[in-house]
Amino acid sequence: MAKYILKRIGLMLFTFLVIITICFVLVKLLPNKAPEAFGQDQALIEARREQLGYNKPIMVQYFIFLGRSLLGGDWGISESLYVGTDVMDLFSQKLPATVMVNLYSLLLSVPLGLAFGIFAALKKNKWQDHVISTLVMIFISVPSYVYAFLVQYILCFKLGWFPLLVDTGTNFFLPSMVWSMFPAILSLAFGTIAGLTRFTRAELTEVLTSDFMLLARTKGLTKSQATVRHALKNAMVPIFPMIIGEFISILGGSIVIEQIFAVPGVGELYIKAITAATPDYNIFMLLTCFYTFVGLAAGIVIDISYGIIDPRIRMGAR
Amino acid sequence: MENKDIMNIDKSMFEFAQIDEKLHDTKLDAKKVGYFKDAFMRFRKNKGSVVGGIIIIFLLLFAIFAPVFGGNAYSDNIKDNTYLYYKKLMPKSSLFADLGFWDGCKTEEMNVNSYNYYNAIGVETGCNPIVEVKEFDKVERMYTVKSDSYYKNGMVYMTLTAEEYKNIQKWQDENEIQVIYPAVDLSKYTVESFKTDANRWYVIDQRGFPVVDNAGNYQDNYLKTGNDDYTSKMRLESDPYNSGDTENAYRYARLTGSSTSGGYYVRIFTYNYFIYKYGFEPAFLFGTNDLGQDLFTRLAEGARFSFLLAIFISLINLTIGAIYGAVEGYFGGAVDLTMERISDILANVPFIVVVTLFNLHLSKQVGALGSLLFAFVTTGWIGTAGTVRMQFYRFKNQEYVLAARTLGASNARIMFKHIFPNALGTIVTSSILVIPSVIFSESMLSYLGIINLETSGFTSVGTLLSQGQSFLSTYPHILLFPAIFVSLLMISFNLFGNGLRDAFNPSLRGSED
Repeated sequence: MAKYILKRIGLMLFTFLVIITICFVLVKLLPNKAPEAFGQDQALIEARREQLGYNKPIMVQYFIFLGRSLLGGDWGISESLYVGTDVMDLFSQKLPATVMVNLYSLLLSVPLGLAFGIFAALKKNKWQDHVISTLVMIFISVPSYVYAFLVQYILCFKLGWFPLLVDTGTNFFLPSMVWSMFPAILSLAFGTIAGLTRFTRAELTEVLTSDFMLLARTKGLTKSQATVRHALKNAMVPIFPMIIGEFISILGGSIVIEQIFAVPGVGELYIKAITAATPDYNIFMLLTCFYTFVGLAAGIVIDISYGIIDPRIRMGAR
Repeated sequence: MENKDIMNIDKSMFEFAQIDEKLHDTKLDAKKVGYFKDAFMRFRKNKGSVVGGIIIIFLLLFAIFAPVFGGNAYSDNIKDNTYLYYKKLMPKSSLFADLGFWDGCKTEEMNVNSYNYYNAIGVETGCNPIVEVKEFDKVERMYTVKSDSYYKNGMVYMTLTAEEYKNIQKWQDENEIQVIYPAVDLSKYTVESFKTDANRWYVIDQRGFPVVDNAGNYQDNYLKTGNDDYTSKMRLESDPYNSGDTENAYRYARLTGSSTSGGYYVRIFTYNYFIYKYGFEPAFLFGTNDLGQDLFTRLAEGARFSFLLAIFISLINLTIGAIYGAVEGYFGGAVDLTMERISDILANVPFIVVVTLFNLHLSKQVGALGSLLFAFVTTGWIGTAGTVRMQFYRFKNQEYVLAARTLGASNARIMFKHIFPNALGTIVTSSILVIPSVIFSESMLSYLGIINLETSGFTSVGTLLSQGQSFLSTYPHILLFPAIFVSLLMISFNLFGNGLRDAFNPSLRGSED
């Protein structure tokens, strides 16, 4: 198992490095000097550019980047968006909003998704199952920004239950803050709930028809005992890694939802950085690394958690 | 029972049934069912998928034909300069208008000042934007009214050439619809904005409130001096001209410029001007956007563009993915490992980063559309390649492949003549499902403002969505119809795709029955 994990991590780091190298070179090939403007400390920016080796060949810059930014954590300063601010500071300011919105949404959707899925599987081919399956079909298909519009229009504007946009604040545990984040949380949750419901239902129906369930019943367990102790436990094998994966990808967040509800998060920073008149390449590089890393890490954690949960896979991997 | 003695039947009673015939295998009575026919038959049994397929066909027909047949004099010329008089109109269907919904009206709150303002349009023209007063809050002094967005635009000032002026008058007399309304005595208005607002035809005070007489009626402030060259019979009822008083008659135009190249500065009622100009009463099924463009034809054009883009990308991805996946799957081993690594690396670059990089690098040279195409193609084929690779692994060790190889078939021939057709169903399904995902990604990227296809002069569903987002709370219909379109498309493609996948999977054969 340890060998397998090490191999996967090594492979992941290799992939990560290749992607970052490609992105780095592509970014360096772009004209990247913002026009001078009033109110900017041009000397400071120049000094930082010199320090980051902007006047050296790209290959040399690349190794400086690897050492200073990737390993040393110094990603330079914002050059056109928040001029002069340290990019890493900006990023760490924005990350909590993204994480909290997604975390709340996940905390809401995991129990609901599991509950609906289990319910639908137990009532297979009855009307309850058909209703849930149809709704799941719709909720999986409709793009998340459409829910976001509907939630914003109906709940926030027409009924006036929630504020239109997320409050500006950094205390994400305040009830009023959570309240203002709720439309965003809800819009994110619909898709996750639907996905989880479908997955749980599919896995559980498969397990419920297997032979060991019959054995459990003949052994004298009641239906609910057999379902909870045997069926659910086995169905969880593929479901649990999926939930773990969701938890990793909350770091990435949903850019569209952040944009619609003005969540001051990483996605908003990314959009701002690349749609600025002169794109802010330092922010862009950091966020590219971040998104790539989150994507890769989610994949690897899912695979490893399969092994941890399921002994059969653990044996096979050896 | 006549012939009881069946044990002793005379030999002469028998005769040979087929003595002169040769016996062959008879042809099968049942019809042959090939792979695709079988798939189609099983697909048809899945009701949800059939419905999904029908909706897709309907949406496709809408995208193809609505711009052709749904267009009219108004919507065909999308850059007409009179468009801005008809912006943000609510959806209206002449079929349902009488039933009280889909009638171009909306319920809104307005203060007394706005109420008087809109009511005045109705008093002058007989087409009242205030259809119904639902409630009047005496404390807040707010009206809740149902207002007709088509009348609300009211009057505009327009400078006409002598020829246009004559044509409109002639048309007015023929159709008995008044387009030109009397000019206003601007000298009585002190605030500059009142002078340029063509809806002010009555006496107002400093704040813009109408000065009413004892009966509560508006008092007109029409121009009664000067030359207007107005010959049309269409005049207001209150016009002193009707009672023969030509001296004090309302003047319908104000002359501008010199006598040779002059024009007529007139007040035009936008609703009737529309009928004059385009030959029918304005009624837009999906309403109009903030530029005054007809959303119905815009949406159809956007849908057509999105479909074309998606199908084009899907075809390119199919070609690249099929070749790449075939080579991977067929040769296996080190070739497979290397190629898998490459596609793995590409697949792990976040799509939004790919789009951004292409946009930054290429959009100046090849335009927004070109860079978007590159972005979609760069990573889009990976999914198809994976599917093809799997299928090739499945089929490459089958006996018929061995037989073909024994007979001396080349690798390329075995791959594309023998294995590929067997894998076709799965591959086609996966490349059809690329279509909704492309439309979805494009609409999301347009919405986020990362790409802007409008700079290259294209309309897609995504650009319509991004146009509509700023009017979410005021004019939700601008956003609603593109959003419905995308949602419907996604749902139907999902249903359709599920059915297709099951139908092309022979292992599920018979399991549904």
